[in-house]
Amino acid sequence: MNNKGVDKSKRQFLTSALTVVGAVGSGYLAVPFLAQMQPSVKAMAAGAPVEVDISKIEDGQLIRVAWRGKPVWVLNRQPEVLATLKTLDSELRDPSSNESIQPPSSKNAVRSQRPEIFVAVGLCTHLGCSPTFRPEIAPVDLGEKWQGGFFCPCHGSWFDLAGRVYRGVPAPTNLEIPPYRYISDTRVIIGESSEEKSA
Amino acid sequence: MKSLLTILLLFTLAFNISASEEVELQEANIDLSDTDSLQRGAQHFVTYCLGCHSAKHIRYLRFALDVGVDPKKVLNDIAPEGSSIYDQIHSAMNKHDAEKWFGVQPPDLSLIARSRGADWLYSYLKSYYIDTSRPFGVNNLVFQDTAMPNPLWKLQGEQHAEARKTIYGEYTKLVLDAPGTLSEHEFDLFVNDLVNFLVYVGEPVKLERERLGKFVLLFLVIFLVIAYLLKKEYWKDVD
Amino acid sequence: MKPSRLAECGNWVLNRFPVTKFWNDHMAQYYAPKNFNIWYFFGSLALLVLVNQILTGILLTMNYKPDAKLAFDSVEYIMRDVPWGWLVRYMHSTGASAFFIVIYLHMFRALLYGSFKHPRELIWIFGMLLFVALMAEAFMGYLLPWGQMSFWGAQVIISLFSAIPVIGDDLSLWIRGDYVIADATLNRFFAFHVIAVPLVLVMLVFMHLVALHEVGSNNPDGIEIKESKDPWGHPVDGIPFHPYYTIKDLVGVGVFLLFFATVIFYMPEMGGYFLEHANFIPADPMKTPEHIAPVWYFTPFYSILRAIPDKFAGVIGMGGSIVVLFLMPWLDRCKVKSIRYRGGIFKKALFLFVISFLALGYLGTQPVTPIATTMARLFTTIYFGFFLLMPIYTRWEKTKPVPRRLTKVKSFEDQLHEIEEQIPAFIEEITEVKPASTEIGHPAFKGAFFNRRPNPKGIAHVLSRVATKLKRSLD
Repeated sequence: MNNKGVDKSKRQFLTSALTVVGAVGSGYLAVPFLAQMQPSVKAMAAGAPVEVDISKIEDGQLIRVAWRGKPVWVLNRQPEVLATLKTLDSELRDPSSNESIQPPSSKNAVRSQRPEIFVAVGLCTHLGCSPTFRPEIAPVDLGEKWQGGFFCPCHGSWFDLAGRVYRGVPAPTNLEIPPYRYISDTRVIIGESSEEKSA
Repeated sequence: MKSLLTILLLFTLAFNISASEEVELQEANIDLSDTDSLQRGAQHFVTYCLGCHSAKHIRYLRFALDVGVDPKKVLNDIAPEGSSIYDQIHSAMNKHDAEKWFGVQPPDLSLIARSRGADWLYSYLKSYYIDTSRPFGVNNLVFQDTAMPNPLWKLQGEQHAEARKTIYGEYTKLVLDAPGTLSEHEFDLFVNDLVNFLVYVGEPVKLERERLGKFVLLFLVIFLVIAYLLKKEYWKDVD
Repeated sequence: MKPSRLAECGNWVLNRFPVTKFWNDHMAQYYAPKNFNIWYFFGSLALLVLVNQILTGILLTMNYKPDAKLAFDSVEYIMRDVPWGWLVRYMHSTGASAFFIVIYLHMFRALLYGSFKHPRELIWIFGMLLFVALMAEAFMGYLLPWGQMSFWGAQVIISLFSAIPVIGDDLSLWIRGDYVIADATLNRFFAFHVIAVPLVLVMLVFMHLVALHEVGSNNPDGIEIKESKDPWGHPVDGIPFHPYYTIKDLVGVGVFLLFFATVIFYMPEMGGYFLEHANFIPADPMKTPEHIAPVWYFTPFYSILRAIPDKFAGVIGMGGSIVVLFLMPWLDRCKVKSIRYRGGIFKKALFLFVISFLALGYLGTQPVTPIATTMARLFTTIYFGFFLLMPIYTRWEKTKPVPRRLTKVKSFEDQLHEIEEQIPAFIEEITEVKPASTEIGHPAFKGAFFNRRPNPKGIAHVLSRVATKLKRSLD
């Protein structure tokens, strides 16, 4: 061993250079390693837009379709339901949907493009359970105040038939409305936004 | 010592002589960057192969993105009607019927180019000849007693096999009896496009992998140079 | 000065956890001989490949499906649909072959420099156990893609167990969990491959390294550096592992990764040796591929199996070819460790052993022909001869005197420089000046180079010189 003629600054420089190059290399290697945990093409294919025939939905009936593996509700609302919705604003946390997720075309009092057809992602905004559909008014188990809506069995959140959340329940925002558009009078495609197409 | 080496050398030479005899394959001209050829190949595949064979490991979307054409164009020009762009290239044939008709299920062709090789496929598709002893009336020089009838006979025409003798030994030559709708040259190009597509389907990522490889190797060279300089600097301490 | 919060936190941990002690004992104050050559890179490279296999293996497990119906397709799913899945898969498949290349070279290093001898017998035993565990790991991993080669390779190897008298058939049935290789086999091999054997491997690597650091590394001179120490108790010919060998190993890592990346990005199938062509066809229990061969790293042992004409004896022969390796420390009676000071008879024996190992490896990839079988028998005899006759021929070995201190080796730069200096003389020797009979090339290029023709006499001279040099180095 000898320590004669040690060029400390050169060592320092080369050490830093190699550290930087090594770090960049590890960084680039981390990209594929982490990215391979992203949804695969198969998952994306399962997330492709879904077409729904709405002509067969009877008055007051709710159907469920899977979009990206999530339940999406399509509900045919009768005029009396739409009338009730107008009277509930004072009991709701976000009646005009300012804090909730929906395409601009559904950001209105009834939260839909056509008032009678309601489309929403059927997952509670609290912790992701799927609320049950309870259209009846004032059932025994839910009490007198229930005006028909969606009740989450996990933690007891209340939503009205426009997916708007009541005050004093755990869920923070209204139910999410997915992008959708009408391709004809009787067919809706869920997963494609109506705004993009018109733009 | 020397005599030992000679013996070993002789033995190694002895192996190479005992190579097995096979039909000589014709060389396919594979160019994965030729997107026109790939599109033609895909069309040929859908028209002539998809009736029986699937390529279930490739999606129309992937093909559109890799070849750089509009997905809509792929749906219109290549995919069978009613396909979604996310669909894999599935065959419509019923598996049960297939076994009844051909005795075997037609294999999926996604990886055929990786197991057989491009030259084999190219030669195989060109080497059908009339043989009335076979159930479909044809046999194949490259794959004797193949279960597949010749899907391209209308294009190629009909060939028969002739034994020829030369000073090197006997071999079989295929002679065209009745020309098909394509000339010999056109048919070669047709088969080549099809094989090119199958090679692409075998490993869609191949071009991308080779493109990335350059950057990785360049980076590693830089790493190596700095590591070597650092090693040299530190090892000045060691007598 | 008040110590910073961070330093306090650091000290809190260090007072309770011996990081510093560990670092000093095994890195900063672990003294390694200063004359390691190129053969000493492969230990750290094996560790690197192990890490690569574990990381990429974990990622593959996330998308692979150990189910006979889904396995093959899930591998193609990884190759095509999973983002970057192809890279991870190729890193894993290439890593498997790289592991064996590195390990074979690492083991050959031990044979060259007598690293298995007293006092390092246990390091060798742990290493051999690692090798056996690695073969089990590779074998079970190869079933997982569920291609034709996976299926029939496993079928053949598991049938080997049925050659064992009395319990054989029941044993192979028990291993498979079915009457043929089936879903049950795939599932249990998956469990072994991803968790059981890797745990054993990691444990053994740990023990291999603990044993190594207890007695210290051997070196190309085969001298114990601990026998000459300076007044502070450090070996005179030793240097701290960190920074000298950590940095040197980084150079090795760089070179290795260049080769590794070239294979991954440009030849992941390696001409059918790393990924066999028939393995791109899904497993079919009804149809054996025309020519089945194990992956290249098993072929030397597979050749031995095929060379022996009796089923049970063949299995014993194949097992024996690995068992004899375990016995190396006791078979070799020569006191001198390094090949540098050993007698010609050992050098010749080792040379023949390497030739026969490579030849058996090549033969194992080829179809059986009568001449190939004869050759395999010859090389099998040499293989076993090397080990079993060792106690006899190593006793008469005429060794050279072993120096007391490490010898100085020419640095890589000096060697390069020397070669550079010899090039003009070398060209002068193998060519001769002769006017060209016909004009070649453009007149502008008609320099001295075109006037030189290869000189057969000179070439013969050079060849005979190389041969004598080779012979002398073997004596």
